[in-house]
Amino acid sequence: MIINSRFFNRSELVGFLALALLLFLVLPLSLDIFRLNLVAKYLTYAFVGIGLVLCWGYGGILSLGQGVFFGLGGYCMAMYLKLEASSVANTKIQSTPGIPDFMDWNQLTSLPFFWKPFHSFPVALIAIIVVPAIFSFIIGAAMFKRRVGGVYFAIITQAIAAIMTILIVGQQGYTGGINGITDLRTLHGWDIRTDHAKYILYFVEVVLLFGCIVAAQFIRLTKLGRILVAMREQEDRVRFSGYSVANFKIFAFCAAAVFAAIGGAMFTLEVGFMSPSFVGIVPSIEMVIYTAVGGRMSIFGAVWGALLVNFAKTSLSESFPQLWLFGLGALFIAVVLAFPNGLSGIWADHVQPRIDRLLASRKPKPAAGYVADGAPAE
Amino acid sequence: MFGDYSFSDLGAILAMQGFAGLILFSVYVLMALGLAIIFGQMGVINMAHGEFMILGAYVTWMTSNTVQHIAPWLFPGYFFIAMILAFIASGALGMLVEWALIRHLYKRPLDTLLATWGLSLILQQAYRSIFGAREVGVELPEWMMGSWQATDSIQIPINGMFVMALTILITIAVAYVLFWSSWGKQVRAVVQNRVMAGAVGINTEKVDRYTFALGCGIAGIAGSAFTMIGSTGPTAGQLYIVDTFLVVVFGGAASLFGTIASAFSISQTQSTLEFFLSGSMAKVITLLTIVAILMVRPQGLFALKVRK
Repeated sequence: MIINSRFFNRSELVGFLALALLLFLVLPLSLDIFRLNLVAKYLTYAFVGIGLVLCWGYGGILSLGQGVFFGLGGYCMAMYLKLEASSVANTKIQSTPGIPDFMDWNQLTSLPFFWKPFHSFPVALIAIIVVPAIFSFIIGAAMFKRRVGGVYFAIITQAIAAIMTILIVGQQGYTGGINGITDLRTLHGWDIRTDHAKYILYFVEVVLLFGCIVAAQFIRLTKLGRILVAMREQEDRVRFSGYSVANFKIFAFCAAAVFAAIGGAMFTLEVGFMSPSFVGIVPSIEMVIYTAVGGRMSIFGAVWGALLVNFAKTSLSESFPQLWLFGLGALFIAVVLAFPNGLSGIWADHVQPRIDRLLASRKPKPAAGYVADGAPAE
Repeated sequence: MFGDYSFSDLGAILAMQGFAGLILFSVYVLMALGLAIIFGQMGVINMAHGEFMILGAYVTWMTSNTVQHIAPWLFPGYFFIAMILAFIASGALGMLVEWALIRHLYKRPLDTLLATWGLSLILQQAYRSIFGAREVGVELPEWMMGSWQATDSIQIPINGMFVMALTILITIAVAYVLFWSSWGKQVRAVVQNRVMAGAVGINTEKVDRYTFALGCGIAGIAGSAFTMIGSTGPTAGQLYIVDTFLVVVFGGAASLFGTIASAFSISQTQSTLEFFLSGSMAKVITLLTIVAILMVRPQGLFALKVRK
């Protein structure tokens, strides 16, 4: 990983190091495995958030269907794990051994064709990336080539999320229905349910997350990122300058989909199941709000947004289940009305200048000094 | 899929499913009318529209309970009172929301979507806290129950016919207001060119507020009608919001006729398919068809030519 002053400017470097310190050291050392696993679950949404920063914050394309890609990634992983868990030896009490239990309950006697490739681990890994990429490409190509954008795109992606949920719930024999794919045990022979495995999975996830952050930062800094911003501000001018607006939009949408899918696959591994309740309209729009709270223009903000909102959700809904929806609703409205750039905007406008003044008047403090308070870093 | 039915059976099925579709059509039209007016005029995506509808449903339910306790002799006609109350309640809430929330976001249509989604969460939880999480149903007066036996095999429920008549009446009223009243002229002027409308002396802010209130009020009436065909729960509105948006987009935003045509085709397709396939597959196929058509023709069935 190359970190030079060009790739990250100073405050971004501080943000990067702060996040790395928090995720690699502070949280694993201070939390027990149950809480750490919760953090891992929250972080899977950070993948979606990073994708949304690219596609919504930079590209101006609001997708309300990111849950679909999260789900596609998650289901691809879950199908592989489920097939491994339902070996002939494990399922010999079924009327058809060797197929997943929910298929047996739904009177299926053989494995459907689209499940068969998922016997192989490499194929499953490739599918996690390729299936959402192709799906998002089809949607993106169909819409952006015809210059559908803005609100219409948001509504249609939302409809696709609705279709996806209804389809998964309706086709119980093929997808596990409303319960989803449960009872997942091993990944390529390695038990994912032990505490030790959860630690390892957490670190794998954090490494992947930083990979995605670097990739997103790379996209942002290249000419491509500049064109995305230009497109968001003045689409026609970019088009008249000779760029193919549609292709850039498709790229941003596909990149967001792939990030979401990686998050979904990690979600399946961390939580041990996948169900349609992470695919539909409500989770998709919640993913957007994590990004909005963190700051739609900030890659690190998206990670902080996913962590903080989910943390608030868990702690509030544990103690005051009624208050949570009021709080979430108020959060939506407040973020949109008062803080369109989210926490990272507040940080950049109010906290950063003070720190800069402090640094200018005193000797520079170590970077970790103001990280411990848990505020988001730009 | 047609194999097991004789020809006359098929006719009866189509007629009855067609009528069931017409009730769905009524709810779609009433919901979509308000949404289309708001979306067409202000470009605002009101995700809380379903909750305005549910407010109307709860108002109807409360009216029905109150009338039963206080003035039982009024019960046969309570529905008309309930509808007016529902219109006023939803309209007033709409006006408040426009003043507090929407008017700050006219320049950012995607953000209205998020803010009104937040509003819908708050309203849902408010309904849950006030009315309880259980679904409630209203008691219908006697004359609305039962059905009309059209032929031996065709039965048409009376409450369905009532909802239909209501929808037609309201559609005509809305069309009258929009196309013949001076206020409607102002609304249409703002839709076509906001800046010029302001320049010739139309108070666009006021027009916006009343339009939003009208749209929400119609949603309240939709909720009133909805109580006759289904039970009301805090989250019932959310089930309809995506469908209704598709109705609006499919019909072509800001086109009243398009909205009605698309509500008709979507509800008929869905209810006819529902008989032959499972409910979920019928819905999937309907929605997929709409999405596919929208990809080919993004401006919808009947697009209004507007200078942007």
